[in-house]
Amino acid sequence: MVPPTTEALQARSVRFRIKRQDGPGRPWRWESFDVPVEPGANVISCLQWIAANPRTVDGRDSSPVAYDAGCLEEVCGACTMLINGQVRQSCSCLIDQYAPKDGDVMRLEPMSKFPVVRDLMVDRQRLFHALTRTKAWVPIDGTYHLGPGPQDTPQRQQVRYKLSECMSCGCCLEACPQYKLEEHESRWDKAFIGAHAISQARLFNEHGTGNVLASDRLDAMIGPGGVSDCGNAQNCVKVCPKDIPLTESIAAIGRAVTIHSIRKFFTGK
Amino acid sequence: MVGGGLAGLAGTIRIAEAGLSVDLFSMVPVKRSHSVCAQGGINAANDIARQQGYSEYEHFDETIYGGDFLQHQPPVYEMVHWAPKIIDLLDRMGVPFNRTAESQRDLRLFGGSLYKRTHFAGATTGQQLLYALDEQVRRWEAQGKVNKYEYWEFLWPVLETDDTGRRCVGIVAQDVRTMQIRAFRAEAVVIATGGCGMIFGKSTNSVMCTGAAASRCYQAGAWYANGEFIQVHPTAIPGADKLRLMSESARGEGGRVWVPRTKADRRDPRDIPENQRFYFLEEKYPKYGNIVPRDIATREIFDICVNQGLGVGGGNMVYLDLTHLGREYLELKLGGIIEIYRKFVGEDPALVPMKIFPGVHYSMGGLWTQYTAKDDLRGMAMGAANSMMTNIPGLYAFGEVNYQYHGANRLGANALLSCIFDGLFCGAGVANYVLEVVTTTSARLDQSIYDAAARQQQEIIDRLINARGTESPYQIGRELGEEMTAASTVVKSEQRLLQAIEVLQLLQGRYQSIGLSDTGMWTNQNLSYARALGDMLKLAEVILQGGIDRKESRGAHYRTDFPDRDDANFLKTTVAKYDRDTDRPDIFLEPVETGLVPPRARTYGKVAASTDTTRPTETVSV
Repeated sequence: MVPPTTEALQARSVRFRIKRQDGPGRPWRWESFDVPVEPGANVISCLQWIAANPRTVDGRDSSPVAYDAGCLEEVCGACTMLINGQVRQSCSCLIDQYAPKDGDVMRLEPMSKFPVVRDLMVDRQRLFHALTRTKAWVPIDGTYHLGPGPQDTPQRQQVRYKLSECMSCGCCLEACPQYKLEEHESRWDKAFIGAHAISQARLFNEHGTGNVLASDRLDAMIGPGGVSDCGNAQNCVKVCPKDIPLTESIAAIGRAVTIHSIRKFFTGK
Repeated sequence: MVGGGLAGLAGTIRIAEAGLSVDLFSMVPVKRSHSVCAQGGINAANDIARQQGYSEYEHFDETIYGGDFLQHQPPVYEMVHWAPKIIDLLDRMGVPFNRTAESQRDLRLFGGSLYKRTHFAGATTGQQLLYALDEQVRRWEAQGKVNKYEYWEFLWPVLETDDTGRRCVGIVAQDVRTMQIRAFRAEAVVIATGGCGMIFGKSTNSVMCTGAAASRCYQAGAWYANGEFIQVHPTAIPGADKLRLMSESARGEGGRVWVPRTKADRRDPRDIPENQRFYFLEEKYPKYGNIVPRDIATREIFDICVNQGLGVGGGNMVYLDLTHLGREYLELKLGGIIEIYRKFVGEDPALVPMKIFPGVHYSMGGLWTQYTAKDDLRGMAMGAANSMMTNIPGLYAFGEVNYQYHGANRLGANALLSCIFDGLFCGAGVANYVLEVVTTTSARLDQSIYDAAARQQQEIIDRLINARGTESPYQIGRELGEEMTAASTVVKSEQRLLQAIEVLQLLQGRYQSIGLSDTGMWTNQNLSYARALGDMLKLAEVILQGGIDRKESRGAHYRTDFPDRDDANFLKTTVAKYDRDTDRPDIFLEPVETGLVPPRARTYGKVAASTDTTRPTETVSV
């Protein structure tokens, strides 16, 4: 099999300025690499090139840049980072769009709301912890065959599908003024849970069986770190790579929490 | 459980449900596993198709015919009968399957079938299925029945030998952040690590699909079967870092593949009138048209581009045209893939035909596994402890990493099914093995077994860290990918494969003198890659040698020097055993259980196409 021919474009190079840190608690530094750019190149292909040629612009031998990556199709969420200050997936970041001219500079930094593991790789465990806190699942009876699930209209399916496309990348958290870096797990349950988890609460409350746990989910959304911590900056929805209507979810859960609180006040349940 | 894709998660759920606790290891957070990339859907017999004469039996027959009769039939029979139940289960878990106006689950056509039997959630079905299972596993985790070890890489199985023989009693794994190496005890180990696309350099696979885990099991004594059967997906988008999948659902929903009838036609595709377009799949396969199975579509596209020079602009591309389907329809049914094309190519498939070319996609081959058939061969015995167990007792292989179900070519939308089926059906067998077969629990084994296994891995890592050679692992990996893609994908021949073996041996030699640019012991991805590369080279040899030994053409394996299927000699599994003395695979052939559907010619109703008369002699026949 022969690889497809690509039309030859003028060879050019792009300068990558990368914020590097050898490990947690270590000092950070900038390193720059000049990377020859082929047509269709993206940030990942450039990081791959740097890994094979880790020499900085001042001629110093360095090491491959650590980063997270998976599908490279913008569907797994792994390769999220700050590119020229904007949070996004690096796989879908095409160099021709970001740095069209020879010698253009691209700045790569790790997300700032999660602890750095190394270089561009961060620890997003708190994000998954928030899904546990939200009970983001349908409490099925088990895996034995018990017939189909609840009926769903195409309209409701479309709403749930959109919410369910959340790939836990963390863009909404990076952009949120209320979401702060919390290194220690002990503080996660009191800190703002974030738009993604609020939206997942809505997703599962919308499901016929998932709704059984609606009350538990709303309890998790009351009080410190819950939905009322949202400052309504609406940055989340602007940076979501999947265009998930996060602010609608926050509004919907906000209303549900209010009703839930009033009901709890009067019934004690 | 090693691997947190569909097979690993489904197995985890089933085993936890049986009351056992599961340690789940994954190189990535399980929600980011490669199953997330599956797009088109999941096959199952359904009420509408049944009223048109379809049933589980037709699903079974299609799968066998699509696989060119190379798979054992009882496991396939069992799987297709579970399919409708699996759809119901996923539905209960909350998978947002597309719905019809009457709130029924919507269906689409897929390759190798004339019936609509593919259930889907937009064009990100794998993502939606993975998330549903991920959520259920999180639920078990919250109850303390599942412990996740994410960012841990499987390095080796821990084997123990006593008077009853050898068995697997744990694994050695490495935290890819802290680089800590540890041995873990287990009563049984399931490998569910997916495919090996990275061996081919650029593929549709995720970056962690190196095949290293399977290769390590193989080097530890597990057999590897049918390695030569690598599926090359007909429609991928070539990219600088990988080949992005363009789902078969694009064709299932009405997408048409064509090239201009004139060579190197430079016109905008929208300006080329209908009568000057060559819809070669529709002409050659009037019955199936654009939804012929993948191996056939891939060879036809390859033939059009490489042999006939009819590719778009004279290059290696054909059009996949969705422009006649309308934007609203596309967004509803194919939104996810339309978006991928838009983002990565910068053109709108609703307006301009997409340009695509085949790309390495799936491994039909994998770790050799056993099963217990029912007496009449119609299915597997429920709960049998050896279901999908490798030749090493206690070591199982689920999902893409085993060689079952798909034979010589997998049908689209059968992979999600086989992965989840393995987890659910064979997970029960694993639980039974632990509860009923294992007599000495791993807790009672001597710690020295585990210490020795961990030490052995530490030595391999230390050797790599201290290596001061000049060869770059990335360069070797790149050359490996280029050679494997050139020699062992769409078209193969003995001469070319032998040449590739020589190249491989040179690469293996150079691997002995690599040097790492990063010698630190914290999140050293350079080291992890270099370690995996050594195992990829070993598995590549299995793939090549299997291709050399199989002197016939069948499904995805096409040999120009043996263009026909040869049932008399090769209706057999190629099974590779690692020979420690020669450091090479030793291959033997094993018969295939074909007791339910006798092999027949596999033509998909092919006829000669109008411009097909001028084909060169060195041609790709199907």
